Amino acid sequence: MRNILAIARKEVMSYFASPIAYVIIGLFALLFGYFYSAILAFFLRQSLQVGQFGFSGPTTVNINQDMIRPLMLNATVVILFVLPMVTMRSYSEEKRSGTIELLLTSPLSGLQIILGKFAGAMALYSMMLAVTLVHISILFVYGDPEWMPIATSYLGLLLLGGCFVSVGLLISSMTKNQVVSGMATFAVFLMLWVINWLADSTGPTTQEVLTYLSITEHFDDFSRGVLDTKHVVYYLSFIAFGLFLTAKAVDSERWKG
Amino acid sequence: MIEVQHLTKTYGSVTAVDDISFRVEPGEIVGLLGPNGAGKTTTMRVLTGYIPATEGKALIAGFDVFEQPIDAKQRTGYLPETPPLYPEMTVREYLTFVARIKGVSRVDRERRVEASMERTRVDDRADSHCGKLSKGYRQRVGLAQAILHNPDVLILDEPTAGLDPKQIIETRELIKSLAGDHTIILSTHILPEVSQTCERVVIIHRGRVVAEGTPDDLTARLRSTETISLQIDTSGADPTSALIAIDGVTGVRLNSDLASVVGAEVETVQGRDLRRDLAHTVVTNGWGLLELRSIRMSLEDIFLHLTTEEDVAAHNDAANLIKTTSETADA
Ligand SMILES: Nc1ncnc2c1ncn2[C@@H]1O[C@H](COP(=O)(O)OP(=O)(O)O)[C@@H](O)[C@H]1O
Ligand SMILES: [Mg+2]
Repeated sequence: MRNILAIARKEVMSYFASPIAYVIIGLFALLFGYFYSAILAFFLRQSLQVGQFGFSGPTTVNINQDMIRPLMLNATVVILFVLPMVTMRSYSEEKRSGTIELLLTSPLSGLQIILGKFAGAMALYSMMLAVTLVHISILFVYGDPEWMPIATSYLGLLLLGGCFVSVGLLISSMTKNQVVSGMATFAVFLMLWVINWLADSTGPTTQEVLTYLSITEHFDDFSRGVLDTKHVVYYLSFIAFGLFLTAKAVDSERWKG
Repeated sequence: MIEVQHLTKTYGSVTAVDDISFRVEPGEIVGLLGPNGAGKTTTMRVLTGYIPATEGKALIAGFDVFEQPIDAKQRTGYLPETPPLYPEMTVREYLTFVARIKGVSRVDRERRVEASMERTRVDDRADSHCGKLSKGYRQRVGLAQAILHNPDVLILDEPTAGLDPKQIIETRELIKSLAGDHTIILSTHILPEVSQTCERVVIIHRGRVVAEGTPDDLTARLRSTETISLQIDTSGADPTSALIAIDGVTGVRLNSDLASVVGAEVETVQGRDLRRDLAHTVVTNGWGLLELRSIRMSLEDIFLHLTTEEDVAAHNDAANLIKTTSETADA
């Protein structure tokens, strides 16, 4: 555990030593802020209409359902763009500069290194999410949202991000070049994203399988305030599998030399 | 303390290390000498557990580096060919991080970091970023990193490569001063380096150990003697006395005691080709001469591949001469 923390601390320190952490957090806050104000404007117009027309207009608006839920769904798109920047350096840079030789010849297990890197990336990601708490808390000042769907949404975002980070680490462990690493990660994220689009055009069984595999389908319940262990298990196994493959990739690289 | 047994490492079809065996006793400082591409780095990478061996095994302080990697690594300090530094960290931050991953306890951490910075004389740059250091400092921070957790064994891959002459001398002194507390194995392709720093040398070439001994031993052997290998059918007789009687032969070593065919290595005075005399002696004794081969060439060949600092100096002189000549021509 101490070893994992040591690696995680080093990762976070590296993020903040370069402009990358600030760029990522800034970019995320900017995009999230844009969606926030766009959705808020739309929401306000809608509530105004409801106020004017009473029961004859569009039925009723709910701040959770009509404001926070769309916002969280949009946040998942933002992390799709931002997380490859978080993980692209991870192994690639260590391999390029030779510091991987220090890590792999220290009395650490490969798993400790991977978990440390995972924890470091997740720490930065949590800081990104923490910024958005400011936006959400403003809604509490002017409105009266339920907190349960918000809490499950954040949990869902953390788990979804965890999946992306584990894929990002895997890809980063396979190349020395961080640009290649970042682009490939983005491409794979996108594929995981759209896999359920295919589902609609296939037979019933395939459809079910593809929908199950789709990383975004599982987020839906979280965004509605439903905490279903089925989805939590899916995300956790996805993460574990990604990290397992990373361990294998690092090892096979050593066998090759 | 260090034991390498029949180590082989292949990269695809390239055999980088081919059945190497050697030992390093506690407190010894041993040089791994060989030209570029000999397999020094590969050997060290297996010893440190960075890459697995294809065959054979390596032990550090009795721990198999592959079977018990954590125990072995705990006892090893390693300076790779390029010091593994994080450019964005200061020297102190870097060494503190290394102390954490090497398992130095919290109470000892600061003391160990300061001590190893002092020992390698990088304390005056403690708060500089590693990325901004000169080559000499980077190498020394690499050394500080290697000795940080006070390991039994130090493995140093070309510790003086790329340094200027003054830094080379300082680094060698530093390594020698570390020898008391640690068992050291260092690699180099520079011949004078081993005679100045090491108690014992293992010469490797094309992935194989070709000679082993003290530096004096090896140079003496190289200077004064050559070796000729013989295979003779003596029908059971001992050829030693007949061979040693030849003028110029300084030693005979039998390396098989089969009833009829005997293998012998004959050491002779340098510069005299005794092959004819040997063949003559064998024939006059009525034995059968199956093989006669001069093996001194291989060792000498290897030495020719090794850099001597004198060569480098000569090279620089030549370059200066050319420069001077062209300047003269310009004028
Ligand atoms: N990662 C690798 N992949 C393929 N071949 C390698 C690799 N590393 C080293 N080699 C080859 O193995 C041989 C020994 O290399 P090395 O151990 O680096 O020698 P040295 O350190 O003595 O210069 C060389 O022929 C080199 O080309
Ligand atoms: Mg080398």
